[in-house]
Amino acid sequence: MKSEYDVIVLGGGPAGLTAGIYLGRARVDTLVLDTGTVGGQTVLSYSVANYPGVEETSGHALSATMLRQARSFGATVKPYASIESLRLDGDPKIVTLKDGTRLTSHALIVATGGVPRKLGIPNEEELTGKGISFCATCDGDFFTDRPIAVIGGGNSALEEAQALAKYASRITILHEFDHFQAHPWVVEEVKANPKLHFLMNQELQRFEGSEKLEHVVAKHKATGKETSVAVDGCFVFIGYIPNSRMVASMVQTNERDEIITDAALATSVPGVFAAGDVRVKRHRQITTAVADGTIAALSAIEHLTSRPTA
Amino acid sequence: MLLTNLPHVDSDSALDDVLTNNENVMLCCGRMGPMCLPVYDLMEQCKDDYPNVAFVDMDFDGPAASAIRRLPAVRSFTSLPFTLYFHKGQLVEATSSIQTKDQVTDILDRVFGAES
Repeated sequence: MKSEYDVIVLGGGPAGLTAGIYLGRARVDTLVLDTGTVGGQTVLSYSVANYPGVEETSGHALSATMLRQARSFGATVKPYASIESLRLDGDPKIVTLKDGTRLTSHALIVATGGVPRKLGIPNEEELTGKGISFCATCDGDFFTDRPIAVIGGGNSALEEAQALAKYASRITILHEFDHFQAHPWVVEEVKANPKLHFLMNQELQRFEGSEKLEHVVAKHKATGKETSVAVDGCFVFIGYIPNSRMVASMVQTNERDEIITDAALATSVPGVFAAGDVRVKRHRQITTAVADGTIAALSAIEHLTSRPTA
Repeated sequence: MLLTNLPHVDSDSALDDVLTNNENVMLCCGRMGPMCLPVYDLMEQCKDDYPNVAFVDMDFDGPAASAIRRLPAVRSFTSLPFTLYFHKGQLVEATSSIQTKDQVTDILDRVFGAES
């Protein structure tokens, strides 16, 4: 792998791959690095039905198409990169990999997306895959005619609870607030489902079980009353947090660790741009990530053409 | 049917063959679902770095998977894929659900690394 590029893009989700497509097509020498599989959170979507111009596809297939497009325009895309350190101030920007490889560029786009939020309670890690799950479509049939819990109160949690009702005997939804954040019509649907039961205003305390999950224990936030729900499974849908840890000390972020950008998606560091779920924004969709990737790429090109040459 | 570039194990005899003819085997038993696909991709990425390991997959709904589902080590598993690591035909490690590269390579290094 060569070491000098015009632009390095950190992250190979929809924002990063779109940046790769636009930069590659503009004949900008571009490297897209991802620490995991290419596609980001999109590959975890079983079905994508609202991406304009594509009737319905899987997240994996959509990502694979974006990857082919980026490579066809000349971008180098490297998945499963192990990044040791970054240096973002000055020019060039420097990315050092764990194997010692030193990569440089004159502009850098941070498109590292988000990572699923964890509850951070006892036994969460130990019982993941042994009752605790994050994909209703993948794992729902393991819980046919069994009681389960769903954690969360947004659209994802309630829609997945509805889907799981095809399998489970009883579903208890535990939510941290006294009201749901989901759209009103989604809330209306789940409240009409006789298999679904609700424990609101709950603070999750711990998961219990030896070889596999047996109980979810929560405490009412107002009364302090502890409730233990006997379940065989628990599906967690409590959103995402920005994957900004690697750059948080180098660019300006807000109190939620989201990278602050201007309208051109420039960060507080000259020549560094941010795109997708890692930056401050209201709506996080594949389409908005793709838009961000486009803007960040065009802004990076402007930065390259406007910078003083040696 | 799994649409991957990995060798597929689709029968009991094929499972016997792969375990008999390879000292180290990583087998991912899953579907073409969102939690399984990243693991298949990861296995394909690992092939060059671990030439001493046979990387294979198996359809969770296929006939060969019944032998996997009966294993005591996976009795408590409730998330796809089931990923199993065999050394000299013996199951030495098993995980349930999606795994990161670091999680997989940690296991590969730990259970197969000493003799690689």
